[in-house]
Amino acid sequence: MSALDKFRETMRRDQVFDMVNKQDYSEVDTSHGQILYVEDVTVSFDGFKAINELNFYIEVGELRCMIGPNGAGKTTMMDIITGKTKPDKGTVWFGQNINLLKMTEPEIAQAGVGRKFQKPTVFEHHNIFENLEMAMAGNKNVWATFRAKISSEQHDRIMSVMDTIGLTEQSTQRAGALSHGQKQWLEIGMLLMQNPRLLLVDEPVAGMTHQEMDKTGELLTSLAGEHSVVVVEHDMDFVRSIANKVSVLHQGSILAEGTMDEVQNNQKVIEVYLGE
Amino acid sequence: MMSLLKGDRGGQIFLVLLTVLAVLIPIFNLIIPEGSAFHVSTYTVTLLGKYLAFALLALSVDLVWGYMGILSLGHGAFFALGGYAMGMYLMLQIGDRGVYGNPDLPDFMVFLNWEEIPWFWHGFDNFWFAMIMVALVPGLLAFIFGALAFRSRVTGVYLSIITQALTYALLLAFFRNEMGFGGNNGLTDFKDILGFSLQSDNTRIALFIASAIALALGYLSCRAIVVSRLGRVAVAIRDSEDRVRFIGYRVDRVKLAIFTFSAVLAGVAGALYVPQVGIINPGEFSPLRSIELVVWVAIGGRTTLYGAVLGAFIVNYSKTYLTGVAPETWLFALGALFVFVTLYLPNGIVGLLKRKGGKA
Repeated sequence: MSALDKFRETMRRDQVFDMVNKQDYSEVDTSHGQILYVEDVTVSFDGFKAINELNFYIEVGELRCMIGPNGAGKTTMMDIITGKTKPDKGTVWFGQNINLLKMTEPEIAQAGVGRKFQKPTVFEHHNIFENLEMAMAGNKNVWATFRAKISSEQHDRIMSVMDTIGLTEQSTQRAGALSHGQKQWLEIGMLLMQNPRLLLVDEPVAGMTHQEMDKTGELLTSLAGEHSVVVVEHDMDFVRSIANKVSVLHQGSILAEGTMDEVQNNQKVIEVYLGE
Repeated sequence: MMSLLKGDRGGQIFLVLLTVLAVLIPIFNLIIPEGSAFHVSTYTVTLLGKYLAFALLALSVDLVWGYMGILSLGHGAFFALGGYAMGMYLMLQIGDRGVYGNPDLPDFMVFLNWEEIPWFWHGFDNFWFAMIMVALVPGLLAFIFGALAFRSRVTGVYLSIITQALTYALLLAFFRNEMGFGGNNGLTDFKDILGFSLQSDNTRIALFIASAIALALGYLSCRAIVVSRLGRVAVAIRDSEDRVRFIGYRVDRVKLAIFTFSAVLAGVAGALYVPQVGIINPGEFSPLRSIELVVWVAIGGRTTLYGAVLGAFIVNYSKTYLTGVAPETWLFALGALFVFVTLYLPNGIVGLLKRKGGKA
């Protein structure tokens, strides 16, 4: 858009400025059954289209797996939803009322989108309890954070999440001393503390042993229902074990969508994964 | 207050020592006669007072560097601005006792043939106004600078470099006579503070005690931040900024708040320093000064707060001693000390003491 067009857009008579019409982030409207609407999203880096006309919807309570070869745009897609990358065009709505493209990362997190990074990222110098405490939903202003005290309900909540992720025994251990798998769970626990409606989980089982994988699978399936969960994963066995609906991402757009069996028998998917 | 110091052994020891110092030094200086072996000279009192001001400055650096990972190489600027605000008050207390005897204008303005006092000097004849400015000017500068830098997500060495540029720019500006802050010579030749002569022993002792109180309060307020959830978030920002953002904290605001608070502390330190040494000049803005005070914190041991205090004392005592005995060796000694600490004591002297304590 040229500067002139932008100016015209700004000066339109029916223009309502954001500062007048503040978005209400408090409540997600999901009355149509969908929690995430990604429509016609395109983003390019130096001419390379990492995401190309991407369209998909996530239903409330759904557990969706996204698979795709390296460079298919899975992580970029998460970056867009969580506000780290702004797309060149397209729309991303959280429920029907929250436009994620106009928000910053902390606002999106506060609105109820939690994200787990590909590389487990926890606060290594803090213990498990403190990691969860910081992630806890609530007023995260500077002053409120300075004055924050843990109420007994909050304490119970932290303990119950700790129980869910199976780290109760390590509660006062420094997160840096955890094993790789435990760090992954802690990070998922931190997401849960935010009471998110939508969880974006990037490669949760990378580098895990089989037992750890099973446990992670159980954890994620137990979260679906109450939360909507999007899992990006390479490991096909893992995806098969947890998913009922799978989307295949290829060159920045959705190639196929359906159950694991449907997807695996899809001719286009076979071509992409196995070559001509 | 007790809850602030829970589990902070070093802090408890430090505050006890500080209290003992603040009680004993005045007694040894004022009550014990000069001939006695226990007499503490006024020179020493002033020297210690200066160290206390430096310790407060080191504290402010540790708060942003140790706990939030912002290596500010421009904290000397906030210190100097606080010092200048105090200096302006002291200048206007001189009255007609200056060399030129002009009751309205400080000497350097008479020398520059200025007719009247510049607008930004108004109000500084009032002590309370000057004290508000001591906090406000560094705080405001840190706020504006921080708002721009943290919003644009400038981090790491890039931030260090622009803090350095900030203090260097101020150095150049304050060197100019036209700025109205005494140019190269700065502000000096102070006579009174609140009507008490700066030369008298009693005033010196009062300034010393004021510095001790400021340091204790500064320590407790830093401690209050560090033990709060905000302090934990600050450390989390240091370790993984992105993660903090994605759990819903406005990283830029947390940084801005703590950085601004730290600048105010530095400003207060400057204001305590100036009446004790009797001069403030643009040299305080020099990048070297700011780097030096980072070295204090590194040597003492960062992320402990009391380590910064210890570092400030040790380095400045060595400086006083060495510049007296062999002035030309000081910079080499400082450099060597820094290299040694970085290589062998990554957690500073406090880290060494803790390790020893842990083994025993």
